[in-house]
Amino acid sequence: MSVHTDRPTSATDPSLADQWTAKLRKAAETAFPPERLLPDAQPSYVASWVYVFGVLTLVSLIWVIVTGCVLAIMGPTWWHVSSVGLFVNSLHLWSVELFFFFMVIHLWGKFFMAAWRGRRRATWVSGVVTFVISVGAAFTGYLSQQNFDSQWIATQAKDGINATGAGAFFNVLNFGQMLMWHIVLLPLVVVVLTGLHVLMVRHRGVVPPFADTPGSSPPSPAAEVAEQP
Amino acid sequence: MLTALLFGALVNLNHPGRYVHWGFIQISVANLVVIGLMVVVFVAAILVPFHRKRGGQS
Repeated sequence: MSVHTDRPTSATDPSLADQWTAKLRKAAETAFPPERLLPDAQPSYVASWVYVFGVLTLVSLIWVIVTGCVLAIMGPTWWHVSSVGLFVNSLHLWSVELFFFFMVIHLWGKFFMAAWRGRRRATWVSGVVTFVISVGAAFTGYLSQQNFDSQWIATQAKDGINATGAGAFFNVLNFGQMLMWHIVLLPLVVVVLTGLHVLMVRHRGVVPPFADTPGSSPPSPAAEVAEQP
Repeated sequence: MLTALLFGALVNLNHPGRYVHWGFIQISVANLVVIGLMVVVFVAAILVPFHRKRGGQS
């Protein structure tokens, strides 16, 4: 019995070009050729410290997720009692602090660059939405600490949340619900949106600076290239 | 004791938080310090020259 390993593709068999897989693959290859997805160099204007805060935010998010996974595996007794648990718990907190620290500076930088220019509105909006959802993720994290601090925050927050009407489905006094939002729903949304945000940046490129004089065109990302910062 | 000295907070944090009151604005000193640090880092990121590898195009 022979096994055929040469599968026909849309390249070898034009009748397959109408398959959704072929269309999706072609769209992905067009939008994200490998050299654009993982470029070796960036435009010269990217050689400034103000451009590093996006990737610093990304690194902080990776630390948040990794330490959060360790906390989820080991459980609250471990992170409250053992010295290693307290250390990892602190790493989780401080990586969140750095995440917001870098993200706010990233936001300031992009705001003053008007980074939504050049068909980058979706990139800007996805960043803003990710920022807002991250606030919710941090808030539910404070509610999940299982200490007096989390009880205080929950009882103080309930009136505000209830006043908005969201308390009907988002009960800050329900520890189990807040924990699930914190470790499943919100991190998932933040990670997916961050991935889309990065893909959009790769697709459109980093926003160029404003032109020096009114009327002159800003530098083209393709024209000037410098070493990757 | 040595470990506590090495890894403890530089400032004694074992007390209720301190707050700044300015009209209707109330903010903790800790949050104010963080906001100040963000402004300092943002300004520094704009003003401090970025190191470029020799031979890189400009």
